[in-house]
Amino acid sequence: MLLVTALTGATVSAAHAGAEVSHFTLANGLEVVVVPDHRAPVVTHMIWYKVGAADETPGKSGLAHFLEHLMFKGTEKNPGDAFSRQVAAIGGQENAFTASDYTGFFQRVPRNHLKEMMALEADRITGLVLTDDVVRPELNVVLEEQNMRVANNPAARLGEQMDRALYLNHPYGRPVIGWRPEIEQLNREDALAFYRRFYSPNNAVVVVAGDITAEEVKADAEATYGKIADRAETNPRHRPMEPLQEAPRTVTLADMRVEQPSVSRDYLVPSENSAKPGESEALEVLAHVLGSGENCRLYRGLVVEQGLALNASASYAGTAVDYAKFAIFGAPKPGVSLPQLEAAIDGILAEVVAHGVSSDELDRAKTRLIAEAVYAEDNQATLARWYGAALATGRTVEGVRAWPERIRAVTAEAVQNAARTWLDRRRSVTGYLVKTLQSEEKRS
Amino acid sequence: MRGMRAAGRVVGLLAAIAATGLMFEASAGATTIERVVSPGGIEAWLVHERAVPLIAVEFAFAGGAVQDPAGKAGTATLTASLLDAGAGDLDSSAFSDRLERKAIQMNFSAQRDTIRGTMRTLAENRDEAFELLRLAVTSPRFDSKDVEISRAQILSLLRRETTSPTDIASRRWWETAFEGHPYGRPVNGTSETVSAISIADLKSYAHRVLARQNLKIAVVGDIDAEALKVLLDRTFGALPETPELYPIANVSPRGLGRRIEVSLDVPQTVVDFGGPGIPRQDPDFMAAYLINHILGGGSTDSRLYQEVREKRGLAYSVSDNLVWLDHASVLLGGTATRADRAGETVDLIEKEIRHFAENGPTAGELSEAKRYLNSAFALNLDSSTKIAALLVQLQLDGFDTDYFSRRTAMIEAVTLDDARRVAKRLLDKGLLVTVVGKPQGFASSKPN
Repeated sequence: MLLVTALTGATVSAAHAGAEVSHFTLANGLEVVVVPDHRAPVVTHMIWYKVGAADETPGKSGLAHFLEHLMFKGTEKNPGDAFSRQVAAIGGQENAFTASDYTGFFQRVPRNHLKEMMALEADRITGLVLTDDVVRPELNVVLEEQNMRVANNPAARLGEQMDRALYLNHPYGRPVIGWRPEIEQLNREDALAFYRRFYSPNNAVVVVAGDITAEEVKADAEATYGKIADRAETNPRHRPMEPLQEAPRTVTLADMRVEQPSVSRDYLVPSENSAKPGESEALEVLAHVLGSGENCRLYRGLVVEQGLALNASASYAGTAVDYAKFAIFGAPKPGVSLPQLEAAIDGILAEVVAHGVSSDELDRAKTRLIAEAVYAEDNQATLARWYGAALATGRTVEGVRAWPERIRAVTAEAVQNAARTWLDRRRSVTGYLVKTLQSEEKRS
Repeated sequence: MRGMRAAGRVVGLLAAIAATGLMFEASAGATTIERVVSPGGIEAWLVHERAVPLIAVEFAFAGGAVQDPAGKAGTATLTASLLDAGAGDLDSSAFSDRLERKAIQMNFSAQRDTIRGTMRTLAENRDEAFELLRLAVTSPRFDSKDVEISRAQILSLLRRETTSPTDIASRRWWETAFEGHPYGRPVNGTSETVSAISIADLKSYAHRVLARQNLKIAVVGDIDAEALKVLLDRTFGALPETPELYPIANVSPRGLGRRIEVSLDVPQTVVDFGGPGIPRQDPDFMAAYLINHILGGGSTDSRLYQEVREKRGLAYSVSDNLVWLDHASVLLGGTATRADRAGETVDLIEKEIRHFAENGPTAGELSEAKRYLNSAFALNLDSSTKIAALLVQLQLDGFDTDYFSRRTAMIEAVTLDDARRVAKRLLDKGLLVTVVGKPQGFASSKPN
């Protein structure tokens, strides 16, 4: 359990117009969102703190994630693993996650146990107790997690190096799990200081999805979360921002274990939160036309028609406070070099910049994106994550609900403009994953 | 995309489905299962749910990778990856275009014992979705261009697996435990076998395995029984009545007590361990399921999680699962740990398992596990896709629609004596352990 995800991959889309989502704010500043779904007698209860790896002090990378792990070590009122034991005793599931902008905890439980979960979660907003006896083994667990997710995985290591190169100044360049030498130095005092600074009702959002009504949630939230005094300053999140990016960057990671080379390109683009109206939606559609499904430009062009690649895709991960990544990926066929594939990718991007997308492509992409909102309604945990991630990155419930309409409004002209404006190599990093540095042919 | 997706994580998927296959609870009374039989005799289990305007269809053909022809391992995987790559008069791009225009999601995959299909559609596009599904299962094209794209994707995956510690550990475990049996062959094949598969092999495989008699279907969503009956005949009616399956021998895992090290230059050491499991229809199955839960079934309370992770910080994850196949059953677990303490970790896991085999669970552990498995079930009933997957698994396992109302009693009936007896039956035969990395304090050993 306790995964780290960059969760940037999760597109915050929206709920079907049918879902009667409501929200309210308690006197202590805690915001609560309720997403009813009465099909099964279960609820998903999540708390999202508006703090993540991008809020860490330089030199203490990995601290947000380490604290996420330590949040399971007990409070004065519920010592040790009392919380987890209670979740297990009622047949529930729990987990947690950390990203650059937020840290989240959730339980999935039978509906009649929601208030208990709220009481336990409210207690650990301010009640955490840590001793070195529990902190030290957990640091080893986190180091093994870093081994599993990153050190053992060449593609993940390339991803870290690319992020570092993409962000010249912003802390999004920092790996969520942290740099290993810095993780090794984290300790109990660091974790508690970070906890006291950021964990507070007025810096959190609670999302409850499932077999429950807004009235029930409101009463239970007042009786549990409502009793916790806020203790954090509610400052807007001012992070160091990017200067003018003028030089395309390239990084190459070589590992003898790489049996399938690949090329990745990340562009620095606006997030849903930082974009001008319509811009983020256009990027979403652009990513879909370029790189999603078997009829997208990249797959069709590179895999099916030109026969240069085994796979090709594009994605836009817009759920973030300050910036987002627009990512392109290609895996060459044996015998095709990375520069050759990269040049072919650039050809396809240039085509869209020059001539835009057809109305047919536009309609197909919009239909599929809007349908995602209906498919998401089939899963209460998915909906809860959409709302939680959106609200933890500066968006609103209304904004999430209006997502299908915002996508519907995207024009072919807006998509071409987005391509022209944002697919600019000066704001990008290109990563090669190779077996040996010698095998890397000259870049185009 | 297509090939990559279909070829990936086959073992993981099987384990996940197997695990969810267990969790059901009588109190989930809201879910009413109808057995629907079409005029043509095709059966499906249906949950008619109007709250969300979509339809989820899950189905499985008994067959799978064990039905790959000799020397052609990977045939089922390659076949499954191509079912939605053009069918009938539609070539692959026309077929995917029709899917995408209506946002219909369709996917096929191969496991050891099954070819599985999944389809989701908005209710308003129902007829188009079932029509495309009909084409995919009854008249896939296997055009050579698409075959070569999928083949190249699978070969790439196989190359990557050769240096992936988790894939090496798993592959080595299965080929050792089931040497000489189809279960010992990799589901995705090898570069030699995948290169050897011809289009005729794919067509022959589809013809032999995609039939009505070995087909299990579940449908959940905004569709009623009468409408479904018509669509069942229309979609699956043209399939042959009976499959032509090779007979497969029942088998038990071998190599118990053996430790195998594969040297690979990675910072973290990956460990797979396992031994005999228990057949799904065995009277001791529920006791074994409880034992597995207590040992390392995924909860933070489990013995392995507590000993390996919480007390010593040796690993981020450690767990085990019961995996039941048509012709064998195993208990299979894994972890990943720091190289300098890898030997210690394996010794600790073996010691915990031996201790558990000898002493069984405590009364408290057993009652907590029962409570958990009884109430956790509802968590698997909160989405149409999850319910549909569960209903297919229950049919494959030979249960009836009344399984849900019987499950709680089956769990409650397990006594402490049963649990102790079954812990011994399940866990005292020794483990086959495969380890990949640069482990310290660990030595390979020969078979007993």
